[in-house]
Amino acid sequence: MVRLTDAEQAMCDGTQGPAVAKAMDLLIRYAEALGAESFVETNNVAGVPGSSTPWLKQYYAEQGGDYRAVFSHFDLDSDETVDVPRMNAFSCHLQGGMDPNLWREQGMSEEAHDNFVSDEKDVATHGIQVLKTCTPYIAGNVPVMGEHCAWMESSAVVFCNSVIGGRTNCEGRESTSAAMLAKRIPDWGFHRTEFRRGQHSAQVQVPVGDVFEWGLLGYWTGGTVDDTIPVLEGQLGAPSLIRHKHFGAAAASSGGVEMYHMVGITPEAPSAEAAFGGARRGERFVYDAAARKRTWESLNSVGSSRDVDFIMLGCPHYSIEQIAEAAYLIEGRKVHANTQLWVFTSRAVKATADACGHTKVLQDAGAYLMTDTCSAISQAVPKGTKVAGFDSAKQTHYLPAIMGIEGWYGTLSECIDAACTSRWEGRLS
Amino acid sequence: MSSDVIEREPDIIITGRRVVGGAAEGEALVTRETISGWGGVNAMTGTVIENRHELKGVSFANKVLVFPGAKGSSGWSGVFHMTRLAGTAPLAMLFNTMTTKAALGAVVTRVPTLTDFDRDPLECIETGDRVRVDGDAGTVKIWKAIAAG
Repeated sequence: MVRLTDAEQAMCDGTQGPAVAKAMDLLIRYAEALGAESFVETNNVAGVPGSSTPWLKQYYAEQGGDYRAVFSHFDLDSDETVDVPRMNAFSCHLQGGMDPNLWREQGMSEEAHDNFVSDEKDVATHGIQVLKTCTPYIAGNVPVMGEHCAWMESSAVVFCNSVIGGRTNCEGRESTSAAMLAKRIPDWGFHRTEFRRGQHSAQVQVPVGDVFEWGLLGYWTGGTVDDTIPVLEGQLGAPSLIRHKHFGAAAASSGGVEMYHMVGITPEAPSAEAAFGGARRGERFVYDAAARKRTWESLNSVGSSRDVDFIMLGCPHYSIEQIAEAAYLIEGRKVHANTQLWVFTSRAVKATADACGHTKVLQDAGAYLMTDTCSAISQAVPKGTKVAGFDSAKQTHYLPAIMGIEGWYGTLSECIDAACTSRWEGRLS
Repeated sequence: MSSDVIEREPDIIITGRRVVGGAAEGEALVTRETISGWGGVNAMTGTVIENRHELKGVSFANKVLVFPGAKGSSGWSGVFHMTRLAGTAPLAMLFNTMTTKAALGAVVTRVPTLTDFDRDPLECIETGDRVRVDGDAGTVKIWKAIAAG
């Protein structure tokens, strides 16, 4: 049974209103399912509160079919409709369903756009910060080491735990929405020091130097260690934000990696001993040239035709560094008539890209810089897309499965070349 | 499945810890591969869509889903929650590895769910077996589709 503090019991008893009581009810059921004994306080919550498709609103038509109905019944898993006040925790909205301006290009209907506008207004009214990104840590919400967070979005969770040393489980929509109101989350998993220790060793025996290679290694890591915590050592090149971003996103999608250690690189792994909390344990896996080749082949097994219709960049959302690099690579060139190039980022980063002129360079080349969402989240690809190319192992994992298309994984440079020639020439060097 | 099979004593009984209470009985669908929710399942049909997954194209709707655990996107609970609304949810769930995805997903799917078993359900249950899950008692009664001989 989960122990409640007096303050938590008071929330259950309704002293902060019915929505907070419903939030506590859900969090208690969740804590008991986990086997957690208490809650931690959190003031950093990132989720997708109350956003819904017209299908969901229609489903709750009898309850009013509005934000309040969806938040009550779906987000709080309540059987009653309750008034939803302004959130109590520092709360951020992660990725949304469409670009606020380029939604027509994404194939969205007027009706869907009206729904998007209405949801966003409700999000803001409820005190939820409209970050609209899968990368809150480069759009205005950077946790600090040791901070208890309640975040959704597997790629952001793995970044928060591994790279920053913040503490979050991979939360879901319902738990984050409840945490926004109750400022509590079960004290389980990554909130606890003993849980954060490495479980398996991964020896990197080939040089892993750029984003493409870090993504490949991440995809191998997830497929190898599944949902455990790996400790990587060996020939890892200099770390950077974008390398970690692509490594973690890939590892979280091929397996369920929510935290990793890299010895001498990540903050809880100054040594292998520190990462494991003692002697090395678990299995010892090796990433060598053969493993690298197998991983590349596995990712690219969803590709057969080299005539690409679509290049999608920005999974996870591109940083300003990546947008600049894409702009420099495509400057003076044109996206091929048979191909489309969509680049995804957050609104915060796009504001910088606008100021730097990168947005215009991409536009002049015939590409789009889009915000808020991505092809996988909004199931939006250019009409008639059969074959797509990506610089993200995560997107290569998901989008072909979701949309029933072919996909290729390559470098940013290969992606830009493919966008301008309509031919995929990616090779494993 | 004929009713005399159900009246027979179960071939195997295993026990576990309650994740979500309630009782349900039905045919098992077993996978040794972890399941991705968002991007891995079509909630409208309850079908696994992940490429290279051994259940690709198979629906878990109204089956007792037996699987090692959850993986992938944090949208896991939202997708399983949607299966409840769409009427494509599993009847019950049995999984080995506890994660926040699986715990929250089970809570909002509101189907009897157990974990932490005295015997591995993946070793005891095969697709097609008749299974009765009692979430409150923490028991799983198993009638083998093909009697051990």
